[in-house]
Amino acid sequence: MPNVRPQPAHAPAHPLRWGEPFPEAAHETLANGQMRRNLAHATRTIRDKRLRVTAELPDWEALRDAGAAIKHQVMSELPALLVELERNVTARGGHVHWARDAEEANRIVTDLVRAKGADEVVKVKSMATQEIGLNEHLEAEGITATETDLAELIVQLAGDMPSHVLVPAIHRNREEIREIFAGRMADAPAGLTGEPRELAMAARAHLRAKFLTAKVAISGANLAVAETGTVAVFESEGNGRMCLTLPETLVTVMGIEKLVPTFRDVEVFAQLLPRSSTGERMNPYTTLWTGVTPGDGPQEFHLVLLDNGRTKALADEVGRQALHCIRCSACMNVCPVYEHTGGHAYGSVYPGPIGAILTPQLLGTGTKGSLPHHDATASLPFASSLCGACYEACPVKIDIPTALVHLRGRMVEAEQRRPLPTGWATAMRSAAAVMTSGSRFAVAARAAGLGRVAARGERIGRLPGPLAGWTSVRDVPAPPRQSFRQWWSQHESEER
Amino acid sequence: MEAREAILARVHDALARSQQGPAPEVVRAYRASSDVAPGSPEALELLTDRLVDYRARVHTADEAGLPQVLAGLLAAAGSVVVPPGLPWTGLLESLDVEVLGDTPPLGNTELDRAGAVVTAARVAIAETGTIVLDGQPDQGRRALSLVPDHHVCVLRRDQVVATVPEAVAVLGRHPERPQTWIAGPSATSDIELVRVEGVHGPRTLDVVILG
Repeated sequence: MPNVRPQPAHAPAHPLRWGEPFPEAAHETLANGQMRRNLAHATRTIRDKRLRVTAELPDWEALRDAGAAIKHQVMSELPALLVELERNVTARGGHVHWARDAEEANRIVTDLVRAKGADEVVKVKSMATQEIGLNEHLEAEGITATETDLAELIVQLAGDMPSHVLVPAIHRNREEIREIFAGRMADAPAGLTGEPRELAMAARAHLRAKFLTAKVAISGANLAVAETGTVAVFESEGNGRMCLTLPETLVTVMGIEKLVPTFRDVEVFAQLLPRSSTGERMNPYTTLWTGVTPGDGPQEFHLVLLDNGRTKALADEVGRQALHCIRCSACMNVCPVYEHTGGHAYGSVYPGPIGAILTPQLLGTGTKGSLPHHDATASLPFASSLCGACYEACPVKIDIPTALVHLRGRMVEAEQRRPLPTGWATAMRSAAAVMTSGSRFAVAARAAGLGRVAARGERIGRLPGPLAGWTSVRDVPAPPRQSFRQWWSQHESEER
Repeated sequence: MEAREAILARVHDALARSQQGPAPEVVRAYRASSDVAPGSPEALELLTDRLVDYRARVHTADEAGLPQVLAGLLAAAGSVVVPPGLPWTGLLESLDVEVLGDTPPLGNTELDRAGAVVTAARVAIAETGTIVLDGQPDQGRRALSLVPDHHVCVLRRDQVVATVPEAVAVLGRHPERPQTWIAGPSATSDIELVRVEGVHGPRTLDVVILG
């Protein structure tokens, strides 16, 4: 067995909530220098490409405005559009299923695969199926799911979790990938080197036979057109086309927010998506299909419409714009926090700025009677410097900074609803008592000067007691030798 | 149907709590076309530039010169798959290459053994270097342009438009047709962002612009 350890080290309990809360997880990933080098190189490359190709279009801002408006319209008219989509898919020979949560979606897909007598399926990279943990579920049911996107295949073979929406294996370099293939891909050629072309060709050979013989394929969807029932998948490698075209049966799992009202809207997203995600004028392959076409492609098509917390997000007047996301990943490629911590620190299949607002909402974190206040995802809206780069990069203008601040408020409110006061609440109440009185503040400021005792240099590292959590992830500047009030009174007396 | 009703009820309920007035009108201030006219020399030049940038190979030919161009491209193919309604099938039969018709449909393994495929297209987008096939008899079913390792696509110059919206307008006349949009040969950038052409689709894409 090669010396490749899965990343993160522990298998996730839940695809949207695994590992430590962000501050602790970031502590761990920040120590991984190799990962940070891989990431810095990748995000810089995509960032530069994206800027070049978006600058090419004189109407880029108008496209963003249209994209944002279409998404807003979709959310406002979601019930009617969903019913319209269902009607049109059905009219063209497809079948539509509805799934309230991950469990229901997994059961529907499993039953469909079983009904075809298959114990193997090929998969197109899909965030929706990642989100519901479909592969793990199928495995438990005795069905082998093979990821056919190169990066997803790497992640699957390594036992990793994805760390990026677009390039899930971004945390691995060529040498690690070579080791993963050599050790875990049964038919890997002998003497495989780390040359990317050689690795890609090994994957091509490995998957070819599976494509030609698979009976059932599973995909996600980049968008679906309500007006016509057309579903679209944007991809690069052709593995998508293989899965969407060759098997007899196709099952597509799609979040209920991925709709567009009219066929014409394709012209907006076909321009926004590739330029924002891979920085290309167009991705190599896009497939659009409407129900079933006799003699062409799968003759049985199932569309699974997934809620899984989306309606919880929709109920929040500010947070619901997270549902406008087209999963291009531009926000993570410009995020200074993501670049340093990597995707795994977010503990969810949705990392980065969009993940920081989407994940907690899908889980209902911070809403009354939902998840416990200390749920790991409650820290995600705080995992941002609010620099606003994500907002600027977002092709559909999701105001992520505003949503982050709004969700922080929700988390704090949830905290305040707790029957017993927390350390934080106690600290804030004491602070309020001190800060509302001049004399008490003066005493506190003098006392703060004593904090220098705890300082090494000009920084204070870890503090004991209620401040341990805060100072475990950041240093606190040592208090100045003199408070402003002390300086002022001294200065005044010198003047006189 | 239980889940369906439950989800629709949740959506209605969520909107009742979050919807603040009607959604803004969708303003389509983006370009519906450009100064570059369909089929113009500028359109062809732009398309060629973009396709070459994606490592596709571009050739031009008139009707009389097409046999020679195709002969050159298919010289090493051995066998070539043709969709049932391809206009140039007779021409291919005069070349030194085995012509495989798709009626009745070829099996996946037979398709995999074919050296090349020749298809027509519905429309091409110059600005993005994209050709679009919509499954009509001159293009065949989607598997044909996917499984053989070499795709030769013959495009009429009047099919070349400048922008994405112009192409979507053409495709929107028959949105129900299965569509394949192709921008260069298959490619991946999943390993250290190094672009590698040809993972699962055809590793060679030749575009012949006719007329």
